Amino acid sequence: MDDIKEVVLEYVIDEYVDEDDDIEVEADTALISSGLVDSFSMVSLKAFLERTYDIKIPDEDASPEAFDTVNSIVKIVEKYKS
Amino acid sequence: MHSREVVLSNIGSYEERKADFSWDLAKEVLGWEDGEPLNIGHICSDRVCERGGRDRTALLWEGFGGKKATYTFDALRLLSNGFAQMLVDQGLKPGDRVCLFMDKIPSLYFAFLGVLKMGGVVQPLFSAFGDESLEVRLKSAGTKAILTTRKHVKKVRKIREQLPELTHVIVVEGDASKLKEAEVYFDVESAPRVEEFEAYGSGPETPSVLHYTSGTTGQPKGAQHTHNSIWGQALTTSWVLDLRDEDVYWCTADPGWVTGTSYGIIGPWSLGITQCVLDSGFTSARWYQFIQDNRVTVWYSAPTAIRSLMRDGEELVGGYDLSSLRHLASVGEPLNAEAVVWSEKAYGLPFHDTFWQTETGSIMIANYPGMDIKPGSMGKPFPGIEAGILDLKTNEPLTEPNKVGLIAFRPGWPSMFRAYLNEPEKYASRFVGAPDGATPDELRTNESLWYVSGDRSSVDADGYFWFVGRDDDVINTGGHLVGPFEIESALVEHDAVAEAAAVGKPDPVNMEVVKAFVTLKPGHEPSPDLELSIMNFIRKKLSPLAMPQEIEFSEKLPRTRSGKILRRYLRAIEWGEDVGDLSTLEDD
Repeated sequence: MDDIKEVVLEYVIDEYVDEDDDIEVEADTALISSGLVDSFSMVSLKAFLERTYDIKIPDEDASPEAFDTVNSIVKIVEKYKS
Repeated sequence: MHSREVVLSNIGSYEERKADFSWDLAKEVLGWEDGEPLNIGHICSDRVCERGGRDRTALLWEGFGGKKATYTFDALRLLSNGFAQMLVDQGLKPGDRVCLFMDKIPSLYFAFLGVLKMGGVVQPLFSAFGDESLEVRLKSAGTKAILTTRKHVKKVRKIREQLPELTHVIVVEGDASKLKEAEVYFDVESAPRVEEFEAYGSGPETPSVLHYTSGTTGQPKGAQHTHNSIWGQALTTSWVLDLRDEDVYWCTADPGWVTGTSYGIIGPWSLGITQCVLDSGFTSARWYQFIQDNRVTVWYSAPTAIRSLMRDGEELVGGYDLSSLRHLASVGEPLNAEAVVWSEKAYGLPFHDTFWQTETGSIMIANYPGMDIKPGSMGKPFPGIEAGILDLKTNEPLTEPNKVGLIAFRPGWPSMFRAYLNEPEKYASRFVGAPDGATPDELRTNESLWYVSGDRSSVDADGYFWFVGRDDDVINTGGHLVGPFEIESALVEHDAVAEAAAVGKPDPVNMEVVKAFVTLKPGHEPSPDLELSIMNFIRKKLSPLAMPQEIEFSEKLPRTRSGKILRRYLRAIEWGEDVGDLSTLEDD
């Protein structure tokens, strides 16, 4: 679980946060509802998870709420990994 | 379900309004007196105060993390004065184009009016644009100044050297100590209040707002509007959105797009209406909470959002008190019949679809309060607007009902765009029957011509319009038009991509999303990682809207014998449509 959290957090920081941003992204930082990640961009985040963990996340589970924090994303990955 | 009091609509009888129409009715709605200054910045703030609205709430703003702020019309007047004065002090002149590149923070709204007050031309751009999208639009407009925030200024820094005409970079929020050389910091709320600012004496044809819009070919075009647009925007706000003094109105659009300025700023504030803004990402629960907290009465949103709300179900709706709502409207893409029926069931009110475009500046076809809605229809033309359906081949008006053709309008309505900036040929190409060499002014006032919208529709025997689709390759994703050429140009900048085609593919929520077909350069192989790399490349360079949601790697792309990539063919396959005549397809 902690490994997944680390990988997802690193991806989010690399892809969505600029070096000179003042934002400190942590596992419980809101991503979608804060506007940091646009809901359109969820597609690339979902694609990253599916490829990295060899899972398929159904569209109905890829809601803005489910993708709103790294912690909630980890829960989805865990659900489909098992 | 809560019961609601039924009130008569502002428009009253559609048929009677249609029979006895004059755009001068806009003056009546505004309480206009001859000789008043025709400056939208002034009309939306100072004029409301002069007419007794000084203490009325203009803006209820809410941002991420529970941040809230409320501004009266007097505050709106003072803070927009502040921006106007600052721009003058910086040496900007009437006619200069000033870009607003920020999220939906309060300063965006003050600055919008401030630029207009000093005679500038406002160029609002969607803050999620990447540096390339920004550069193309600033270069095209010869923009003199950009007002942005600490969050977005870094995109400006990346491209500033390529923009010699951009002399002012003004950061309106954030930490002043982190600015770079040749950047100015201006926080209007902590700056001294500017009690008096004499608005620029604009006339009806003085340029006001410049919105960029995408086409099939070439880079986006700047649709230029003028202060005369106020008549169309005020009257449609009153008759279609049905706004009244006591309303709390929520337009969910971002002012980076035309709905966010025509109906998220100009229309409601010209009438002195309270509006609210939510500057945070979308979740259904967050939106319902916002409606409940602010007692929103009139809600203007987009089909993509409505379908997302539908997906989250009726049960969620029951958890909130939405009884304040009295009128719902929608714009951006066709509103499917299911969404209309669902909203009536879930909220006790149907969404009223409306149709218009960046170029038209105000609503052209709509379902009106009090008029029977045919779910799935765009409604009927606004009184004073002559709309027709033109034959796809001959461009002759179709008189038989239910025949599909091009939606077209007779020119001459007040908020019509006046030019595509620096592209008079493209402007002329939007008019059927345009005489050779006609000037833009001659075209827009010639009521014997047709302005062609680029969309296809039919009209039924009762006069209701039914949307069919675009007549070109432009992709409508989530209500925003994205040009395939812009995406393709960016795709081939990726290290691995040799050639590319971008088309819209069907999507249950966004109507269309971008799909890209690419061939790879030697030494690169298709892989999931490469697909992800290309998606993120476009997201950062252009915008999340332009990012392909799917990439198909091909050995070659279908081309005509003359070498042109056949987007039409790829799109037809995605939509399961007849691919049409392939006789011009390049041989294998």
